[in-house]
Amino acid sequence: MFRHAAKNLLRHRPVPTTSAAGAAAARAPSRTFSADAPAVQTADAGFVEAWKKVVPNIDPPKTPLSFMEPRPATPASIPSKLTVNFVLPYASELSKKEVDMVIVPATTGELGVLPGHVATIAELKPGVMSVHDGNEVTKYFVSSGFAFVHANSFADIIAVEAIPLDRIDASLVQKGLAEFTQKVNSASTDLEKAEAQIGVDVHSALNLALTG
Amino acid sequence: MAMAALRREGRRFAPLLSPRPIAAAAPRSSPSFLSPEEDVPFGARSISTQVVRNRMKSVKNIQKITKAMKMVAASKLRAIQTRAENSRGLWQPFIALLGDTPSIDVKKNVIVTVSSDKGLCGGINSTSVRLSKGLLKLNSGPDKEPKYVVVGEKAKVQLIRDSRKHIHLTISELTKIPLNYTQVSVLADDIIKNVEFDALKIVFNKFHSVVSFIPTVSTVLSPEVVEREVESGSGKLGELDSYEIEGGSTRGETLQNLAEFQFSCVMFNAVLENACSEMGARMSAMDSSSRNAGEVLDRLTLTYNRTRQAAITTELTEIISGASALEG
Repeated sequence: MFRHAAKNLLRHRPVPTTSAAGAAAARAPSRTFSADAPAVQTADAGFVEAWKKVVPNIDPPKTPLSFMEPRPATPASIPSKLTVNFVLPYASELSKKEVDMVIVPATTGELGVLPGHVATIAELKPGVMSVHDGNEVTKYFVSSGFAFVHANSFADIIAVEAIPLDRIDASLVQKGLAEFTQKVNSASTDLEKAEAQIGVDVHSALNLALTG
Repeated sequence: MAMAALRREGRRFAPLLSPRPIAAAAPRSSPSFLSPEEDVPFGARSISTQVVRNRMKSVKNIQKITKAMKMVAASKLRAIQTRAENSRGLWQPFIALLGDTPSIDVKKNVIVTVSSDKGLCGGINSTSVRLSKGLLKLNSGPDKEPKYVVVGEKAKVQLIRDSRKHIHLTISELTKIPLNYTQVSVLADDIIKNVEFDALKIVFNKFHSVVSFIPTVSTVLSPEVVEREVESGSGKLGELDSYEIEGGSTRGETLQNLAEFQFSCVMFNAVLENACSEMGARMSAMDSSSRNAGEVLDRLTLTYNRTRQAAITTELTEIISGASALEG
């Protein structure tokens, strides 16, 4: 029985090359063979050549670029939708989702991103990120991370932790806020103080997100 | 026929199962091919099957162990595979932003070799080690200082043999508890604090399927190198100039944060992928070794039964011939 386990696993789990393709592959019943993998992007040709010169007897390793779907070039006219990738370490929350607008909590203030937004790199602070698609608004509380807006109306948001706003317990937030405020006052070293201050910042952002 | 089978078994059983009793009874005309201490005691009639029985028992035990290891690997694989696949989105935004620069020419290359702590998992560790050595060769030159940072016990053991002077830092027992992002970012922080680098090259095995993995190299550049490349305006990094930067007080600070965050994200994906490949490789290695143990067991059983039968036949013949001698 177990002798065939490997084969069965292979059959039932076509291995995705990217997370986006993974979602599609999981749904599609088709089997993937290495031969019909999506056309591999030409990896860094210079690297492959240099590698072959120095280490001729080992195949050059792959680079991440060859596992990624190519991004489209910047279109001439501004598209009507913004393509959002929202990733967390344990999940791809949104993958190539087309939405109208996202608002991210950048350290310099709330940053609304619409299609055709100027290319931006933004650091995130704890706060509410909202995704607007038609009348539908999804709100997440993100802890920290980065947001990249590309010129081709792609937005990549990477967060360390994100939780839908309706899953946050208001009473626990209040309790945590009180606890960390007390810690700030009683902190003796700079490190303790900084840690407590982070706690206060996160909890007050949470509090604001829930009440405001 | 039994002897033919034994000969096939190899020389291991030759001293025990040779037709010595007959040879011992006959005058020694030709020099024996066996050394005297290997001789069966004079007068021994039947062939001892004890050794074959012991060997069968040990092979059976080996098979049990490898089967159990395989099942453990299979269940661990299932848990870690979803996590590895879910973490695949994590590094993509960085590649989209900064591009992929494996061939960048910098002075301080740090090669981060990701390997496993335990063995018995096929060739994944030696693949990582071979690739790391290749990268070191590729990035060494008169004014360059390539270094290794080794994650995992197995690559350390292999690299310490001939590249001890290049190893800067080793980290092991990472996968003892289930991997999480916090743990990996602490590890990444440790590496960044302790090692001076211009470019980090992370060597790991990307999980492809239970039976195959793809050796991969990810590159993370230090903020200074990113700055330099942006100013020179070459390749993908040149486009970074057109990005507006929000946050941090200076552009350098943001780039620094970005590089550190990128390293922790790439590292997180790398250790997960490698752990997943390890489990897959262990599963297939253990599968083939339990199959092999089964084959060995089959052959041994056949030999054992034949020998036993031969002994019975001999005894019967002796009894019958003895009886007929009395009668006659």
